[in-house]
This record gives sequence, structure tokens and C-alpha cells, in this order.
Amino acid sequence: MSAVTGMTGSVDHAAGAHAAPGFLSRYVFSRDHKVIGIQFMFTTLLMLFVGGALALGIRWQLAYPWEPMPLLGNAFADEGGQIPPETYTMLLTMHGTIMVFLVIIPILAGGFGNLLIPLQIGAEDMAFPTLNMLSYWFMWPAIVFFMLAMHAGAAAGWTAYPVLAVLPQAAPGSGVAQTYWLLGVTLVGISSLMGAVNYMTTIINMRAPGMTLFRMPLTIWAMFITAILQAFALPMLTAAGLMQISDRTLGTCFFIPAGIIVNNADPTVGGGQPLLWQHLFWFYSHPAVYIMLLPVMGMVSDMLACMCRKPVFGYKPMIHSMGAIAGLGFIVWGHHMFISGMNPMLGMAFMISTILIALPSAVKTFNWIGTMWGGRLQFNTVMLNCVAFVSMFVVGGLSGIFMAAVPVDVFFHDTYFIVAHFHYVLFGATLFGVYGALHFWFPKMFGRMMSEFWGKIHFFITFIAFNLTFFPMHLLGMQGMPRRLADPYHYSYLEHLLPLNQVMTWAAIVMGFAQIILFLNFVISSFAGRKAGRNPWNANGLEWIAPSPPPHGNFDVTPVVYRGPYEYSAPDAPDGQDYWLQSDERGGQMAERH
Amino acid sequence: MEGRFWTLVFVIFAAAALAACAVAPAYQLWFPGSGEALSTIGARIDHLFYVILVVIAVVFVGVNVALGYVLWRGAKQPSEVKAVYSHGNQTLEVVWTVIPGVILLALALYQMDVWASFRMREFYPQDMRTIAEVTARQFEWRIRYAAPDKTLEADPHPDDVYTVNDLRVPVNRPVAISLRTEDVQHAFFVPELRIKQDALPGKRIPVWFEVTRPGTYDLVCAELCGWGHYKMKGRLVALSEEDYAAWLKQAFEDQFDDGVGEGEKSD
Ligand code: HEM
Ligand SMILES: [Cu+2]
Ligand SMILES: [Cu+2]
Repeated sequence: MSAVTGMTGSVDHAAGAHAAPGFLSRYVFSRDHKVIGIQFMFTTLLMLFVGGALALGIRWQLAYPWEPMPLLGNAFADEGGQIPPETYTMLLTMHGTIMVFLVIIPILAGGFGNLLIPLQIGAEDMAFPTLNMLSYWFMWPAIVFFMLAMHAGAAAGWTAYPVLAVLPQAAPGSGVAQTYWLLGVTLVGISSLMGAVNYMTTIINMRAPGMTLFRMPLTIWAMFITAILQAFALPMLTAAGLMQISDRTLGTCFFIPAGIIVNNADPTVGGGQPLLWQHLFWFYSHPAVYIMLLPVMGMVSDMLACMCRKPVFGYKPMIHSMGAIAGLGFIVWGHHMFISGMNPMLGMAFMISTILIALPSAVKTFNWIGTMWGGRLQFNTVMLNCVAFVSMFVVGGLSGIFMAAVPVDVFFHDTYFIVAHFHYVLFGATLFGVYGALHFWFPKMFGRMMSEFWGKIHFFITFIAFNLTFFPMHLLGMQGMPRRLADPYHYSYLEHLLPLNQVMTWAAIVMGFAQIILFLNFVISSFAGRKAGRNPWNANGLEWIAPSPPPHGNFDVTPVVYRGPYEYSAPDAPDGQDYWLQSDERGGQMAERH
Repeated sequence: MEGRFWTLVFVIFAAAALAACAVAPAYQLWFPGSGEALSTIGARIDHLFYVILVVIAVVFVGVNVALGYVLWRGAKQPSEVKAVYSHGNQTLEVVWTVIPGVILLALALYQMDVWASFRMREFYPQDMRTIAEVTARQFEWRIRYAAPDKTLEADPHPDDVYTVNDLRVPVNRPVAISLRTEDVQHAFFVPELRIKQDALPGKRIPVWFEVTRPGTYDLVCAELCGWGHYKMKGRLVALSEEDYAAWLKQAFEDQFDDGVGEGEKSD
């Protein structure tokens, strides 16, 4: 119990408040934020495999066009494993959709947000536990609708641009499949919004005594800012989704201009504007890319500090730059539309705001390196994944600058350069950060450690295979290879890219299989891993004074916070440890210093 | 020991990334075709790309050297040594905010002119002529030219000349096409010219360019437009002024050839 030295505070946590619940209410319809968080994680990890399988289908077609795909091919298509073009388009649509809406967004806010927010601010639970439970259960109808959309062959890309997506005659996948797809998007949106309301309220209202705003760990700051982004951006997507549904089913024409003739159907009545959808969609989806990154930025800051035994370098600049990213994030959406046909003058404004958003990203990178500088580095799985996060984020952030430059984006838009860019940020940065976070907070979730050995093997294979798969995409983009082509080799200027694509595909296959290591490590360690105490990493956040795993209600007694979240290697740290717990009442003068 | 191994992994990644870019041109993995942009705007785009590339390469190397250094130093530090207790440095923060800020802003301002001349009407070249209407549809490009010595009108005219998937333009003078779509969204993309523009349903968009070398270039659809998106292939043939005029005349005559010999006509 040495880890809980100095815990004080009121003992007002009534032991009887949480009577032993039955199995269903404990593990299925649980209102406990930790259980909900773990439910989110399991569900999203499962979806990661579904999305990954779809990606392998895409990769197969790019490496061996029109050749039957072994194993998975039969699941995707009915022509003896051969992937026809409409199935290829479906694969890329549903891959993007699942990875964005069912993996990255929910694993961060839903999974880690739920798990960490109450624990790190010293609260018993979320402000609205029932709403929290609902936010998880709204995922399921969304999953069902997405699966229906996949089955019906939705194939308009994850961006669902009208009028391809709106007019049922426009493509085989634009029939009822797109309605399912839109319902799925609307429902995940509702799920996210319920989460966001809850996180904001909880962070504002439920902090433990002494947990001032500027003593909150960066994870909490990141979750807070993410929740604000979601709350303000999501309504746009929901409204746009409903408008597209009504265009499809009620005969409105929000996004349909007059006189469009698809496949010899009658000309459309029209009056609408397809660009409107693009504006509304990106008004949400650009902030959404930060919803898919900010939480990881926060968590990586926490993990790096702990693994380097050093305070985070520039705690306040880190917060300011997250705020700047969030603020600027609302005024850059047009960079997805430079050549869409919107007013070209806007291109200038969006170019400047987009180039500026690289600035806070750079500041954060410098601060992470500053955090590692002069630290006592522990090269464990957590640390390695965090360093990979930084290293990959640098690549993705820098490639963004080419595309932010409007004239250069004229060439790069809708080529593989874009695909390289967002996989470096979303897989390279976000997913490596998530791997680190899974290992780091695993002991808090299950009271056991994940295997270091298998963790490192998984990291090593994934890191190498990831770069072999995605780095060459920059070069494909340089060649002007468009994304979303079922058969690029139809064009003579792309024929010589086949061998490179085959290498990339094999790297992707290796990478896919390496994720089984992670999954097994996760599942097996949860019951057979080495037992962990309350604070296996000697970290100083509040979550580490709770038992592992914490009971419903979390803390033995409500903690009181005396100092900031990163007092590693403090010269006056108590004997036998190199850090100050946030709740350690000794050394009270520290509280004034920071 | 182990720490140094992992440090090397990250350093080798950065070195390999740089090396891959360095050898890419030799393996036809840089700009498409000859590697040279074959339009005036394209040349300026490439120039901008290289300016940004230099800035970014310097930043990439700098950040990775710093990262490699802190990792290496941490890896060989004996484990008893305590970490530096520092919460940051105000001066450093200001420096690494202001300097990149200035560089980024300069990059942004430097580019405005290229965009303006490519896309803003008041900056279009004076002597430019709209030579063709390009209509995208699932999954082909339909092209309409005015008859020789006539000007192209927005509405089709009986003696207009039509081609499919075959756009011909004269070189060495600015020409414009009027881009539209009959059905869903598409994008007009000629990689070797670095020209791309979405075709937006319900809208007619002028696109201008000046090809600087005669030749045949791939015309690609770059915006997902349905299952046959991948095969929406056309070509852009750039001809010298005389060849272009001769071709148009020929195409006109072929199209309106009623099968009756020239000498037998009454007038
Ligand atoms: C340094 C900051 C960044 C800059 C300057 C930047 C710039 C851009 C630009 C200009 C585009 C549009 C390119 C095009 O379609 O022509 C783009 C696309 C994209 N970016 Fe970034 N980006 C940055 C960081 C990020 C981050 C951090 C993420 C995610 C975590 C991200 C995710 C994406 C995604 C998903 C797309 C493509 C969406 C699609 O078309 O399917 N970006 N980025
Ligand atoms: Cu964006
Ligand atoms: Cu197309």
C-alpha cells in the first residue's frame, strides 16, 4: 500500500451506494465507466479486424488485379474470390467508414475517455452514468446499419459525395445501401454526442478537491478539448446526414442540382447544391481528424513523461497548442475542397489557416522531444510505441504541408499522396499511440500486466511492416496514381508500379497477422498476465492510487490533489521513490511551486 | 544495450525514408512521365513543390537528429542517473513557435500567386480562348469543339465537332476548356500537366492551361464516380498550332462527310 501514502480527504464515499449488482448489470448493461470503456475497447478492436480484412482485399486487388483472392475473397465476392470493381469500391468505402467511425473515434473517446476521465480527475464515475451506458449501446445499431450497408454494397467512399451517393440509379451501391450507411453515421454521431456531453460535464464538475484546471493531466485536457470539438462539429454531420436521407427517401433536393441524368433515368428536378454536402461533411470531418488525434496526443504526453521519468516539457504550451489546433481545426475544412469548384478565393484563406495549423503541431513535437531530453528512458513497449507516435506524426504532419499549399494540392489531391498522409497520422500516430496506451493502462483495467516480450515483438513487426506498406504510397502519389481506382494498371503511365504495390501488399499482410499477436496478448494477459499492484509504472496520476482494477466507485476515499501531474524526478521526492503522487499530502510547499 | 537497438530502429527509419526519396527518381517513382511538368502552371507547381521539399527535408532531418540524440543519450545513460528535473523553458518555446511560424507564413504567401493565376478569373491570360467543352459522364469524356474558325458557344451548335475520350489542344498558347458533367461528380486530371479540376454536377467550370510540349498524355478521372471509375480513361493530345488546325479541319470534314464526293457537290 505504499503507493497510497498520504491519501486524505473526506470518507464520504458511502460503501453501500453500490450494492453488488447482477451479472447483466455488471458486465453488459453496466453503468460503470470502466466497464463501458472496456466494452468500447473490445468492440473497436474487433472492428479493427473487420476493417483490416477489408483493407487486405483492397491491397490484394492492387497487387494482383482481377486474380482470385485466397481465403477472404470468398467473403467479399461471389465470383470465385475475384473482386469485381463494384466490390472493390465497396471495400474502400467500408474500410474507411469502419476505421474512422467504428475504430478510431470510439476507441479514443469511448474507450480511453471513459476509462481514464473519472480515474484521472479523482471522480467516482461519470456525471451521467446512464447516458454513458447508452452511448455505448447506440454503437450497436450503428454497427448493424454499417454491416447492412456493407452487405448491400455501399460504394460512394467514406465521404459519400452527392450526387453519386444520393441518386439510387447512379451506381449499384447507391440504392438502399447508402441509406443504411447514412443511418449508421447518424447513430455513431448520437453515440459520440452523448459521450461528449458527459465528458465535458464530468471534467468541469466532478474533479477531486485540489484538481485545478492546470493540475489536470494532458490526457484530460485532450479529452476535454475533443469533447468540445465533438459537441460543436457533430451537429453539422447529423444535419447533413438527415438532409441526405431525406434527399434519398422524401424527394427533397438539398444536394441535387437540376437536370442531372444518370443511367438514362429522368432528369432530376433539382435546385440543390452538391458542394453543400462537401462543406457540411468536412466541417465535421476535419475537426474529426483531430478528434482522432488529440486524445492520443494527451495520452502519449502522460506516457512519455512516466517512461522518461521527467515532467512533460512545456505543460502549458502543450495545452495552448491543443487549444490552437482545436480552434484552427474549425476553419480549415476547405482544404479538402481546393479543386472542388468552390469559390477559388476561399482557397487562399483555407491555405493560410491550414498551413498555420501545422504550427501548434510542430510545437507539440518539439515539446515531446524536450520531454525525452535528459530523461531516464525506459525502453519498454509503452515507450517504443510512444516514440513511434512522435516519429510517424512528424512524417504525416510534414506531408500535410505539401497538400496545404493549394497549387501543389492541385496535383496531389485524390492521389495516393493523400492516402499516405492520413495513414501516417491515423495509423502511424494514432494507432501506435493506442498500442502504447493499451499496454500502459492495461494493469489498471485488469490488475495484470501485458507481456513485454510479445509487446515488443508486435511493435517491431508492426513498425517495419507499417512503413513498408505506407511510405511507398508517397511515391505512388508522386507518380500521380489516383486513389480509389480498382485497376490503376489500366493506365500505361502507372503500369510500372505493379511490383512496388506487390511488396506493399505483402507488408500489409504481415502487418495484419501481427495484430493477432496484440489481440492474443491482450486477451491472454487479462487473466494470465503477471499480477500488477496499484502503481506498476510508478506513475503519479490519481488513477494509480486506486486498486487495480478499481471497484465500482473507484477510490478507497476521495483523493485530494496537491500538485501538478508530472512530478517525476523531483529533487525533494520522498525516500525510495523518484516521483510525487498528485495526492501525496507531504511536501505541501510543492503545491505552491507549480 | 537494448535501448541503443531501438534508437537505431528509429534512426534507420528516418534514413531509409530519405534514401527512398533520393533514389525514387531513378526508379520512375518521382513526378510522372519525363518527370518534368509539361504545362506552364505545372512548372510553377513543381517549383513550389521543390521549395517546400527543401524546407521540409531540413525540418525532417533536424527533428530526427534531435530525436535520435535524446534517445541515444537516454539509452547509454547508466540507470542510477536521475532524469533532469525541468518543466520546460520559456525562451525555447518562444523560439520554436516564432521561427516555424514565420517560415510557414512565408510559404503560404509565396504560393498565392500561382493559385491566383491558375484559378482566379481576373488573372487569366488575356489571349486565351475556350477551345472545347469537356463533358464527363459515367464513364467517358465527351468533347465538343467549335467548327474551324468559329468560337465555342455554351449551347451546342449544329456544326460543332465531337470526339470521345480524345481531347486535342494546341501547344504553346493558353487554352481553356469548359468542364461540366452530365451525371455524377468526376475530376479532370492530366498528371503530366499537373492539372486537376473536379467536374461538379450542375456547374460549368473553366480550366485553363498552356501545354509546352507536343505529345500524348493520359487523361484520368480522379474523383470517385461509380464502379467504372477506374476505366474512365482518355487522352490529351497536344499538337503544334498547324497540326491542330489541320486536325480540326479534318475532323470537321470527316464528321460532316455525307459520303458524296467533293466535286459532285452543287455549290
Ligand atoms: C500538420 C497538420 C496537417 C496538415 C497541414 C494537413 C493537411 C491536409 C490537407 C490539405 C488535406 C487534404 C488533401 C486533399 O484531399 O487534397 C488533408 C487530408 C487529410 N488529413 Fe490532414 N493535415 C494535417 C494533419 C492531419 C492529422 C493530424 C490528421 C489525423 C489525425 C489528418 C487526417 C487527414 C485525413 C483523414 C485526410 C484525408 C481525408 C480524405 O480525403 O479521405 N491530417 N490533410
Ligand atoms: Cu482536413
Ligand atoms: Cu471517376
